[in-house]
Amino acid sequence: MKEGRSGMARRASEQAEAAKAPPRFFQLIPPTVNINFIRIRLRMLIISWILILIGLASIWMKGGLNYGIDFSGGTLVHLRFAQAAPVSGVRDAVESKGLEGVVVQAVGPEEREYQIRATTGGEGESDQTAALIQAGVREKFAENTFEILRIEAVGPKVGRDLWRSAALAVLAATVMMGIYIAIRFDFRFGVGAAVAVLHDVLITLGAISITNLEFDLTTVAALLTVVGYSVNDTVVISDRIRENLRKMRRESLATVMNLSINETLSRTVITGGTAIIATAVLFWLGGPVIHSFAFTMMFGFIVGTYSSIFIASPIVLYLERDTRRKT
Amino acid sequence: MKATYRLVLALVFAAVSIVLLVPTLVQPAPEWWPWKQAIRLGLDLKGGTHLLYGVDVDAAVDATLDRLVTDVERVLREAQVGAATVERQGKTLTAKLANQDKRTQVADVMRQQLGAILVEQPAPDTGGLLVYGLTPPEVQRIRDNAREQALQIIRNRIDEFGVAEPVVQAQGSSEIVVQLPGIQDPQRAKSLIGRTALLEFKMVAQGPDAGTTDKPGPGIQVLYGRGPSGAREPYLIQRRTLMTGDVVTDARLSQGSITEGTAVDFTLDARGTKQFGDATRANVGRNLAIVLDGIVASAPTIREPITGGRGQITGRFTFEEAQDLANVLRNGALPAPLKLMEERTVGPSLGQDSIRRGLISIGIATIVTIVFMAIYYRGGGLIADVALVFNVLFLIGTFAAFGFTLSLPGLAGIALTIGMAVDANVLVLERIREELTAGKSARAAIDAGYERAWAAILDSNVTAFISGVILFQFGSGPIRGFAVTLCLGILTSLLTAVWGTRMIYDLMTTGRRVTTVSV
Repeated sequence: MKEGRSGMARRASEQAEAAKAPPRFFQLIPPTVNINFIRIRLRMLIISWILILIGLASIWMKGGLNYGIDFSGGTLVHLRFAQAAPVSGVRDAVESKGLEGVVVQAVGPEEREYQIRATTGGEGESDQTAALIQAGVREKFAENTFEILRIEAVGPKVGRDLWRSAALAVLAATVMMGIYIAIRFDFRFGVGAAVAVLHDVLITLGAISITNLEFDLTTVAALLTVVGYSVNDTVVISDRIRENLRKMRRESLATVMNLSINETLSRTVITGGTAIIATAVLFWLGGPVIHSFAFTMMFGFIVGTYSSIFIASPIVLYLERDTRRKT
Repeated sequence: MKATYRLVLALVFAAVSIVLLVPTLVQPAPEWWPWKQAIRLGLDLKGGTHLLYGVDVDAAVDATLDRLVTDVERVLREAQVGAATVERQGKTLTAKLANQDKRTQVADVMRQQLGAILVEQPAPDTGGLLVYGLTPPEVQRIRDNAREQALQIIRNRIDEFGVAEPVVQAQGSSEIVVQLPGIQDPQRAKSLIGRTALLEFKMVAQGPDAGTTDKPGPGIQVLYGRGPSGAREPYLIQRRTLMTGDVVTDARLSQGSITEGTAVDFTLDARGTKQFGDATRANVGRNLAIVLDGIVASAPTIREPITGGRGQITGRFTFEEAQDLANVLRNGALPAPLKLMEERTVGPSLGQDSIRRGLISIGIATIVTIVFMAIYYRGGGLIADVALVFNVLFLIGTFAAFGFTLSLPGLAGIALTIGMAVDANVLVLERIREELTAGKSARAAIDAGYERAWAAILDSNVTAFISGVILFQFGSGPIRGFAVTLCLGILTSLLTAVWGTRMIYDLMTTGRRVTTVSV
């Protein structure tokens, strides 16, 4: 090492001084970092289980997620008044029409924008749900005009179809990723990545339940993106493990893993950071339509970054225990 | 390829992208500008209505069986196999023969004459019935036909309705998607598209046989229509249909002055003219009911035989109602009922709001990422930033070039791509740092950095791409926009963040001795 460096410095005579000094970089994670991630894997696994169970408990206690009309079927009218109108008044206005399962939700603090939902409608020509909601509001607030921002009506059949294809998509994505990694690396890494993905999806679902955010089609799209991101992150670490396994044939798998995670830690944090910042900006400024979409991605990316360090590799290690290291 | 050539290529690409984007950014674009098409915006951004209809294709199959009843009767009559009664029962036709000895003969005749579409099915032992069902290919043909016809009819109706850039598309085996940009009140469009528009001419029942509305006589049904006061009014109507709307060749708003609303004039073809003439001649003085989708539009008294093949429908229509009625009569009845399954309407102000929010998010994500990279990786970060700007340019340019639709999730996808695109650069730059720390020269560290980071970059991008493709498969509308953005973003970021930055390093190091690299 030392020989090589001074040799190079001689060739580059005009910059000899600079070359001799060890390079310095502006770093968040110092290169000498050596956290023993593998040793604390059991603790992290317990923390993950606790998080998953809290999330599942929340879903169970609330009797399922807060499904948007994409999945539950029904009608949504999103409107904005010219002047502020009280929530209770809007609720009375809509309930006066005798619609089923009415939910009135204010958007923003101004009491001007509302999302009004009913569990009926969406199917058939004679469906009047959206019209009734508008009529009710118009009658109640005669001198306050409003503007329709959005109307969505989804029939029960479409809701069921969407639900099935959404579940299928997340599952297909997870399995496809697992297969790709199993081919590119080996079977255990594939399993590790798939388990990490499942972990991320479960914890993110729990967070959606706890925050009571709406679970609709865009949320599923966000979940799929989280799946892609989580695997992406896992792959980079796995790639380094593979490379280091070739170089260091004597070391145990645990040591190699730990080294690899530490070596790629800087990248993990920075890429995770920029991606999370981008989604945080969307969450902050993206508006009500993509609120739960942005939240799901932001939260999922955080969990995804965590899981590629603490979940994916330890799983490989657990699988390794029985079958002795081949490489 | 030499770095300078690649530079030229990159600059050409960038120039092309800018040319493509001008119509989107500068509106209106100058006359002489070579590219006219602005980026297509999804309904969630420009506002409009998205409707999903299911075509009841099984109803079309039933209707075909009903029509076949008379065909079968004719075949049996011509074959002279004795008396037979034919009727539809569910998805089958049953023929009951008076003379059971003719059974095999009937089966033979049926096979010869209608074998292509009807196939004999096992009959119940009792009653000596012959049971026929449609052949599977025939059922499939009827279903496909019904969907295809419905699609065409809806397309014609929408075209005459007058919406800019409507989309009418088949989806799946029996669904039709209709997208109407800029429509804020979808009610009228919905009733125009969804109505079957089955026009029937029937006689109003008269005399003691007609019965009452509570207890109509045999062969009589109660249908409702709007009375003179506009209230719902029952009519006693004969079940037998004299004529249906398929003989209508044209329908226009009435030119004459009508006191009660607007009327619609219609013209009949030769067959219809004769049928109409015969029917009116036989029923002078009685009332003819014009029934549209089971509702009596009007029931005028026949004063004299109508032989000119022209008629008029009055029904206290508003101008718009009459306009839509003329439209649907001209374009014909749907072969099967449609069922609205999903509706999504976005108002124009929400669309504007979404565009604004999306652009601000993209702007902030870009600035934060660029500043961060420049501070953290200095020279290397700046090079990555240049690549990032090109990446965004190419990504949006691709949208313009291929006419992809940009949705709100698509805008979010661009913001996300900016956050993720630097990943390849981060991988390379971290690697270069490692190699430098290990004591390599600047040039060698750059080479090794790119070479060693490549496997990780490829694998991580392939997996992200797979999730994008699955997302595209699964999603519809706006979500597809997101999936397209993600996948395109991966491709353009590979191009710019890997080959693009490499090119810049090559340009910087070719022909001179480089001993330091700023990372």
